[in-house]
Amino acid sequence: MAALVELRDVVKHFPVTRSLGEIARGAHPAVRALDGVTFDVGDGDAVAVVGESGCGKTTLGRLMLKLAEPTGGAITFGGAPMAGLTGERLRDFRRQAQLVFQNPFDALNPRFTIYRAVVEPLINADIDKAEHADRVASAFRRVHLADFDRYFDRYPHQLSGGQLQRVVMARALVLGPRFLVADEPVSMLDVSVRAGILALLREVRETMGLTAVYISHDLALVRYLCERTLVMYLGRVVEDAPTEEIVRRPRHPYTKALVAAVPVPDPDQSRAPLPIKGNVPDAREPPSGCSFRDRCPYAMPRCAAETPMLRSTTGGHRVACHLD
Amino acid sequence: MILEVDKLRIHYSTRDGVARAVDGASFTVPEGRIVGLVGESGCGKTTAVRAIMGVLAENGRQAGGRVVFKGQAMDEATTRKLRWRDIAYVPQSAMSSLDPVYTVGAQLVEVMTKRGNHSRASARARSVELFDLVGLNERRLADYPHQFSGGMRQRAAIAMALALEPSLLLADEPVTALDVIVQRQILDVLRSLQQRLHLSMVLVTHDISVVAYLCDEVVVMYAGQVVESGPVRDVLARPRHPYTMGLRNAFPDLLSDALELVPIAGSPPDLREPLSGCRFVPRCPFAQPACGIDAAMSGNGDHRSACRRDSEADTLRTAALDPRTWQRSSSFAMS
Repeated sequence: MAALVELRDVVKHFPVTRSLGEIARGAHPAVRALDGVTFDVGDGDAVAVVGESGCGKTTLGRLMLKLAEPTGGAITFGGAPMAGLTGERLRDFRRQAQLVFQNPFDALNPRFTIYRAVVEPLINADIDKAEHADRVASAFRRVHLADFDRYFDRYPHQLSGGQLQRVVMARALVLGPRFLVADEPVSMLDVSVRAGILALLREVRETMGLTAVYISHDLALVRYLCERTLVMYLGRVVEDAPTEEIVRRPRHPYTKALVAAVPVPDPDQSRAPLPIKGNVPDAREPPSGCSFRDRCPYAMPRCAAETPMLRSTTGGHRVACHLD
Repeated sequence: MILEVDKLRIHYSTRDGVARAVDGASFTVPEGRIVGLVGESGCGKTTAVRAIMGVLAENGRQAGGRVVFKGQAMDEATTRKLRWRDIAYVPQSAMSSLDPVYTVGAQLVEVMTKRGNHSRASARARSVELFDLVGLNERRLADYPHQFSGGMRQRAAIAMALALEPSLLLADEPVTALDVIVQRQILDVLRSLQQRLHLSMVLVTHDISVVAYLCDEVVVMYAGQVVESGPVRDVLARPRHPYTMGLRNAFPDLLSDALELVPIAGSPPDLREPLSGCRFVPRCPFAQPACGIDAAMSGNGDHRSACRRDSEADTLRTAALDPRTWQRSSSFAMS
């Protein structure tokens, strides 16, 4: 299938406050939030991006929605370079690409009613006012808030977490987007409610033919949402494969550690000791070569000298490791 | 038993009336064991441990029941005496147990000299030991909390709680905000503490996979009450209460073959309303008219549940595995 979003060698650096010494030396230290990321998101696919805090996954989501500009590399959406989007074409992109926020309690303005929260994207996109009521109603139906009209004049604090997350989704869907980026869409919700939101995410994606990128730290959860998963470490994609491959047959040593660390709700499944050392290094000074090498149990001299490229192996699997 | 909680009732006075946050909860902690107190937000798990520790919010009060520590019933005076020395607490956010303007080492020394009877020199020596115990480099004693990562702060908060050698540690969501690898490292620290210091622990969490990994026993709470308790292996593999069955179905499992998570329709009751009978009835697929009357904990041996239909638990468990059992039309009222 053709790709909807293509990323080519995308780089994003954030300048950091310089110390006196660094100013004197004329140094410009930067956090390399993304350090050369290349992948495609096929039209209609659901792709997960997983990794720990600071790996660059949230930055990646922001770039894909043009909420920030890359320092280097290129992103295209529907074949058109995103860097060149301005005016009417940018407005069109904003209608097609939507973000589902991490925390439903923060995503909605507490002073706006539920109706106002969901109609707002229509106002911002200059949609004819006559269409508003119908479009809002259909968005609420999509997220299974059947008796929604009873709730239109309520405020966010009067709703439960699960209801709020459905409202947040209705807001993201009201413009009929093609592309959705969801950043930890259920991490703030209780377990018994979360399952319902996951099912809903899957359903709207199928019925609306959406392309979706889910950003999450939770590998156990993305299994229920995405056929394909990218694993990120310190601004780079270290592994890219069908989600079941990642979970059952991880190949990169970091992915192996990540999979081994996930606790499972079954006390009879014994979990192997963690095949990893230490902590994530300072993103301002990542190790030379492979940025995972100082924590890797298999590191060898070549790993310090040469940055491993993300190479295709078997079964649609891409891995960035010299061992592979 | 190092700790017995008996029919504990904790009430909060709010603008909209009294909220019965803990409503007759009973459970025990055997010496040297890790007990997981598990449930969803608002079930009363945090309130229960804060009450044991004697650090309830100002609008909270103990409205009934008792807490017995090492055979001694606790009141305000004994709680104050035992706090930190015998019973220690790691609060939900590690940052809140650390003061941003002092180095972590200075804070450890402060705890030991002010609350305990350490000299400054012995407190310093003990700080090094404590840092080693929780896997932190002693050089980091000179650092301020903001120089620590989330996982290091959590380790420091645990070191702080252990400073006066308590025999019972209460830890509230100790790994919730942490990345999965750091989570695992902290859980391994807690396990080594249990083994090396013969520490007893109550671990408050919403995460049943954390319970499965670390705990010996589990107490499941719902709407201020204990609905099921027992050895972790029994409770998670053969749950007897429909709420536990539902929780198990709703929980993602990295290694399971089922690719469907099943939600529990509805939400927990408003604890400000007068409630009677089983609190789970409005969400329970197996509810019957008899469930309107409170069920006492029953069961054989250690594994107990508060369900009127406990004698049919095996049949209900089979039915609970079928997602259709839990299907309801979701609406605004239900979601």
